[in-house]
Parts: sequence; structure tokens; C-alpha cells
Amino acid sequence: MALLEVNDINVRFDTPEGEIHAVNGVSFALERGEALGIVGESGSGKSQLSFSILGLLAANGRASGSVKFDGREILNLPDAELNKIRSERIAMVFQDPMTALNPYMRISDQMAEVLTLHKGLSKRDAIAEAVRMLDAVKIPDAKNRVRLFPHEFSGGMRQRVMIAMALLCKPDVLIADEPTTALDVTVQAQIMDLLGELRRELGMATVLITHDLGVVAGFCERAIVMYGGQVMEEAPVDPLFAQPTHPYTKGLLGALPRLDTDRAMTPIRGNPPNMTGMPTGCPFCPRCDFVEEICARQMPPLTGFAEGRARACHRAIEEVAA
Amino acid sequence: MSAPLIEARDLRVTFDIRRASDLPWSTPPRLRAVNGVSFALEEGKTLGIVGESGCGKSTLARALIQMLPAEGQVIWQGETDLLELSPRQMLKYRSDIQMIFQDPLASLDPRMTVGEIIAEPLRTHRPKMGRKERREKVRQVMEKVGLLPNQINRYPHEFSGGQCQRIGIARALVVEPKLLICDEPVSALDVSIQAQVIALLEDLRRDLGLTIIFIAHDLSVVRHVCDEVMVLYLGRMMEAGPTERLFTAPQHPYTQALLSAVPIPDPEVERSKKLIALEGDLPSPLNPPSGCPLRTRCPRASEICASEPPTATVEGREVHCHHPGPAPEVQAVLAER
Repeated sequence: MALLEVNDINVRFDTPEGEIHAVNGVSFALERGEALGIVGESGSGKSQLSFSILGLLAANGRASGSVKFDGREILNLPDAELNKIRSERIAMVFQDPMTALNPYMRISDQMAEVLTLHKGLSKRDAIAEAVRMLDAVKIPDAKNRVRLFPHEFSGGMRQRVMIAMALLCKPDVLIADEPTTALDVTVQAQIMDLLGELRRELGMATVLITHDLGVVAGFCERAIVMYGGQVMEEAPVDPLFAQPTHPYTKGLLGALPRLDTDRAMTPIRGNPPNMTGMPTGCPFCPRCDFVEEICARQMPPLTGFAEGRARACHRAIEEVAA
Repeated sequence: MSAPLIEARDLRVTFDIRRASDLPWSTPPRLRAVNGVSFALEEGKTLGIVGESGCGKSTLARALIQMLPAEGQVIWQGETDLLELSPRQMLKYRSDIQMIFQDPLASLDPRMTVGEIIAEPLRTHRPKMGRKERREKVRQVMEKVGLLPNQINRYPHEFSGGQCQRIGIARALVVEPKLLICDEPVSALDVSIQAQVIALLEDLRRDLGLTIIFIAHDLSVVRHVCDEVMVLYLGRMMEAGPTERLFTAPQHPYTQALLSAVPIPDPEVERSKKLIALEGDLPSPLNPPSGCPLRTRCPRASEICASEPPTATVEGREVHCHHPGPAPEVQAVLAER
């Protein structure tokens, strides 16, 4: 049995403009210790999917479906019970560490709070543990810097603090939502290296949510590609990048500039989808080069076709991959 | 060979950083955002300016067109020093130099229609142009950037990020500039849209013979777009030269660190890739290291780096380093294809 089993998740938001269908019937499983990437562009539903798992949706959002963690249903649990799972078993790191940390609290107090609440440690022990964790994420002079406020750290250091905070209770799963998007590329490389190291050391399963296929290639073992709130393709990273079987994955890889070649970039035509109202058909079909008449009427189901690989497309693999 | 379209000589931009706690008569600390940068750009070429946040790349671009006070020289078409001009004299050159910005929605007035936005530079720079002619011009340029004629009366909020960037490009091109300065034009856009905008810029460059200064932090994009690249760090030029050579055989340790950090969408390459790490954090730009600004983080730093700012030329390109040299681990990844 997988550590985290997500089944047929739907996320809806009520807005004055109508109902937004942010996530439509997404399922995936995460094994112990595995690094899974969830890739998509803005509006693909990748962040809302992870928020729904941890009960973090905005007030006008609703999630339905099933999320089984360690065999137990956790979707839409009351906050009191979710709080025992959040940060103790499943922790999250957000994109912008400045807004995710409390600007009025010293790092020592924010980090100690986690341990006094969840583990019942004394404040003194909690701070000692916080310093150990800051050391583990390679913050120099952690003993003194634990007394600082978030604004006294650089962006990269702040993200290290966030990671240290998430790992305090040694969670089984870490969900990292665009953890390096706000950072410079050299800092990004350091943070991803650090995350990889910690993951291996702690044997922690990691879900990396990102728009950056390069980061996925370096960090993840398997990835899910989302578009318009649905899963387009799922595969281990090697075949995903080498032989994409979905027109969207293929288009995305073609549109991506690569540092190691000067091959021309091929844009995907058209614009991202409007998420209001129930989608009919494949959300990618207005932009797809392989579109058929059926695509606009009916969403193809996500179908497995090889070990660990699945795709949602009406066209045959040979037609798309050729 | 004719004179370059634009040439910067020893360009410097400094800001006085006055803090609330400073006394009014005290001398405020000075921040050198751009520190002695020179380059020459031929007509029809694209120059990429790259570096991490705070390196001075946007400040440099703004200084070229007097959006910020600067010292040094900016020679336009080999004769005029733009920095010497009064605002009124400068106006004449502004229609030759246009700019597009990073945040496509924020750079468009939300209360103007697309037609009004695109026509505004014409009202400023071609005040004698009649209404009919102006409308025709707007229509032509909209078509050129891939906007539909029936979108002319819509407002910016009705458009997606990629389309807003097209509006920004149309506004810049309507006065037929010679030089287009693009400040992070695609970094707010999704990958699929980013490629569309870059393809558009490439087409326009070819069709209109545009010269482009392309500011970006994404090195992969720069490799695809630019003929020449300049790498900045803490307001100083580290390395500059033709794109292909700079990317396949970088000589400066900072360029090498930067290139080695870029993730490549290929699991096999990523697994075998070696990161060249810089130690520690970016020093405060208010108090940069003496000599070479990189020396506090550089793996090759030696005594001379602290005393003298380096200048050197390696194989016909500028490498501002006392210890330039290839990094085999970076070249292994970048050079083989």
C-alpha cells in the first residue's frame, strides 16, 4: 500500500464569475521515500491539489474525493485532527518564505512553537532542537542567528529556515510548492541540492510542485504533468523526458529553452484555458496539434500503458510520439 | 565598419542611500549599482545582459535612456552622447529607443483601451499625425504582434499575460524604434507562452532590423535569443562576448557557477552534472569587496584579487578575472551538442 493515495480529487471554487473547476478528478499515489514531481503551468491546479490534501483551501473552495494517508482517510477532516497530521506527518514548504514566516516572531520562537505544540518539548529543548535543524540545513552560525527575525535573512537563507521548520517533526511526506521559484539560479541549485540530501538522509517522501521541468529532471524519480486541472501524463522521469507520449508534454518540452543546445524553441499556440464551468472534453484540445473531433466532446481517461506510465489522450502513442 | 548603434563607455550609476536614522547633514552611504560598464552594440544585433537579482542589469538599461542619472558616456550612432542631452533634446531620441517591461499587466494603464495604449507614443512623438493615419498605424502594428483588430477597444485586464506582453510590444514598435530594450520580457510568462513571445521578438527583429538589448536572469532563454552576452555581478561586468563561445567555453568563475546552476530538462544530464558552488551569500552592495567583487565567494581567489580590480582579454572576449580559465565540468555539459 502506498503511503499517500489520492483518488479522484475535485476542487471547486465559488466565485462571483461562476464556479471554477480548479482540479478535476486527479489521482496519484506516493510511495514511502519517493520523490514525485507535479508539473504544470499557472492555473493547472497543481497547487490547489496539494492544498486540498492538507485542508488548506481558501474559504470559498471545496474538495471532494479521497485522500488516504497511511491507510486512513484524511480529506476534509476537522482541523483539530488535521493539525496532528500536518507538520508531524506531512509538512509543507511554500514558494515565498517571506510571507509564509511570521514577520513579528523571532525564528527561534516560530520554530520552537512547532515542537512545543506537537512534541510537548520544553521551550529550551525546542530551541536547542531548532538550532540543530538550522545546522542541518547549513545556516552558518545557527546558534546566534536563531534569534533573528525573518527579514534579517536573505531569500535563500529564509527558504532554508522554512525547510528546517518543516522538517522539525521528521515528517513522512514533504510537500514543496515551488520552493525555489522566487530564488536566483545559483541559490536554487543549492536549495535543491539540500532538499535532495535531506530527503535521502531522512528517507522522506517528497512531492515537488513546480512549473520548472529542469528542476523536476534533477530532483524527481517520477512526475505527473497537469493541464487545466487534469492529469495529462504520468511517468518516471527518464521516459517522460526522453519519449513523452502526450501532446502537451511534448509541446512543453519543445517550447522549453535548453541551456545545453541552441535548438530553436517551438511555441505551443493559443492561450491557457478558462477554468470557469465544467470542462467538456480535453482542456488542451484548442491548442493541440493532434486534435480530433472527439477531443472537444469527451475527456480521455488516464490510462496506464506500461509500468508506471499513464496518459490521457485519444490519439495513439505512435501517432503522438513520432 | 560603421559605428555601433549604441555604445556605453565607463557607465556608472550611484544611489545615495539615506536612512531614516541618518542626520540630515551627514554624507549618506553610496551604492554603486552600475560600476564602470562599457559595451558596444552593432545595429541588428541582440545583446543579452544577465546576472542575478541586484546585479544592476535593469539599472544599466534605465541609465542608457536617462531614466536614471548616470555618469560616463552613452554614444548613439557614433556621434551623440545621450547623457549630455537635456530632457527636451532627449525626446527626439526616445522614439528611436523603446522599452518593454517584465510585468505586462502592471506596465499598461488599466483605464486605457488597447487602441489608446498603443496610440499614445504616436501622440507624443508624432503629434502632427492625423487621427485616421494613427488608427491605421495602430491596426498595422497590432496585426504584426498577433493581436486581432476587434480587440482594439478592450481593456488590459481582459487579456492574459502573454497577450498583455504583445500589447506592450506593439506600443513600443508603433514609433518604429531602432533599439528595443526588453527588461525581463518573458520571465513572468508560462513556458508555452514564453516561447510564443520569444518567437515574436525574433520575427520582428528579422523583419524590422531591430537592435535589441535583452535583460534576463534565465540563461537558457538568453542563449536562444542573443548574439552577444554580458554577465554582471554587483554592478560590474564579469565576462562578455559572443553568446555561443561564452556559453560553451566560459572563462570567468562566476559565469561558470551561473551556468552550472541552471537546471537542464534532461534527467540523465542533471544526474551527472556537477555544480560549481559559490560560497556564502551575495555581499552587501553598499559595502562590496575591494578589488574583484567576486573574490569573497570565488573558488580561485588569491591575494591579488583583493587589491586590484581585474581586466583581461581571453580569445577576443572580455573576462574580468585575475585567474581566467576553462572549467571542464561545465564545458562537458554545455559543449557537446
